[in-house]
Amino acid sequence: MTRQFSTTAGRRSLPPVLGVCALLATPALAGSPVLDNPAGGVPIGGQSVYRAFHEQPGIDRIIDDSVARWTTDPRIARRFAGRNLVRLRLELKAQVCYLVGGPCAYEGKDMKAAHAGMGLVNRDFNALAEDLQLAMDKERVPFPAQNRLLAKLAPMQRAIVTK
Amino acid sequence: MMISFKNAVKLSTLMIGVSIFGAARADDAAAPAAPIIDSGRLLLTEGISNVEGAAGGGLATWAVISGYGTRDAIGGNAHVSYASLANYDFVTYGAAVGLFDRVELSFARQDFDTGATGGKLGLGNGFAFHQDIVGAKVKLFGDAVYDQDSLLPQVAVGLQYKHNEEGAIVHAIGGQHADGVDFYVAATKILLNQSLVLNATLRATKANQTGLLGFGGTLSDSYHPEFEGSAGYLITRHLVVGGEYRTKPSNLAFAKENDWFDIFAAYAINKHLSATLAYVDLGSIATFKNQRGVFVSLQAGF
Repeated sequence: MTRQFSTTAGRRSLPPVLGVCALLATPALAGSPVLDNPAGGVPIGGQSVYRAFHEQPGIDRIIDDSVARWTTDPRIARRFAGRNLVRLRLELKAQVCYLVGGPCAYEGKDMKAAHAGMGLVNRDFNALAEDLQLAMDKERVPFPAQNRLLAKLAPMQRAIVTK
Repeated sequence: MMISFKNAVKLSTLMIGVSIFGAARADDAAAPAAPIIDSGRLLLTEGISNVEGAAGGGLATWAVISGYGTRDAIGGNAHVSYASLANYDFVTYGAAVGLFDRVELSFARQDFDTGATGGKLGLGNGFAFHQDIVGAKVKLFGDAVYDQDSLLPQVAVGLQYKHNEEGAIVHAIGGQHADGVDFYVAATKILLNQSLVLNATLRATKANQTGLLGFGGTLSDSYHPEFEGSAGYLITRHLVVGGEYRTKPSNLAFAKENDWFDIFAAYAINKHLSATLAYVDLGSIATFKNQRGVFVSLQAGF
């Protein structure tokens, strides 16, 4: 199943039917302004965080490094077995760019659909975040800017962690 | 150390009566067994052991659960803390276990050495007060880390049973009881957008100097609502600096009691070892004023 739609204009760009589906599919999150778009949150305002991530080239390096860490991290490597890593990198680069306020559109699945059936636990979610932090350190993203992104990612736990 | 997964599920159900853990765990046959010790929470999110043995900020008790275990695992730690004050030496050591990021059970022993001051107080040189504290804490709702899209804090309630071994002295100085129970509700919030950790705790207590001088006194023998506030700034994943303020009752006629405060820096080397350095001001203790000094704490766990 593929669902392609632009999120550049935030939740208003959601086709009405999909928007309703998303709400029905996530009753616990209904009404949450942060999680009802596919990228999992409204972007950070302004350009300062995007610049702190060294814009698209920096984000690309962070995601490439993160995926390399995730797929070799004994805690979570098996979660990536059989996944299309090329597509994963592309979608994450767009998603992070979008969330930190960059000029990108995320056109992938929403977070619940993207992780459905994976049976992820908090340990997985946190291990992924820790590897991402190491990648952001390597890119020398200032810690407060790292936390701005993590503040966008943290609430996704409710959609991603299902066990 | 390792408890089988099935037993862990039984234990979790038993311990906290939450049946949602029970049914759907063992369906993923291809996956390796989930470790019961996972150290799966993020660095510094267990706080540091406070002087009463609970996870907190040094002087204050927080809503976070000891150890780094996620809701699928157990965690725990042991700690030793030392405060060198103007007229006293204050040592606390203990251990805590966190069950499924829901329940915390803690034990701490406090040794409050009066040194040469004991002679001036008529207690004898080197007299020491000893207190044992058993604590239990239950997280009610909220998650200090994940709930970044709301202001809802992580909230926990707890109690601390305290036993002062110097009952005769406690009564001689006007204390009414050598044992006491504190009750508290704590709210902890991490604001990642601001890199801040905030905590507010309301405690009902009769304790004199947290119980080191007994419970209740000639001025009052009823429970008092007291406040503990902490604020910390996350400088890196490993380092948080901040301050705390803790109010206390003043039940004893012979010696006025002051609020406590501290300025601290806590450094987590990794999830197994952390160290805290603080400047503490414990005010007047047993008529000796300005009990300020350095507080050092080491914590090891998983």
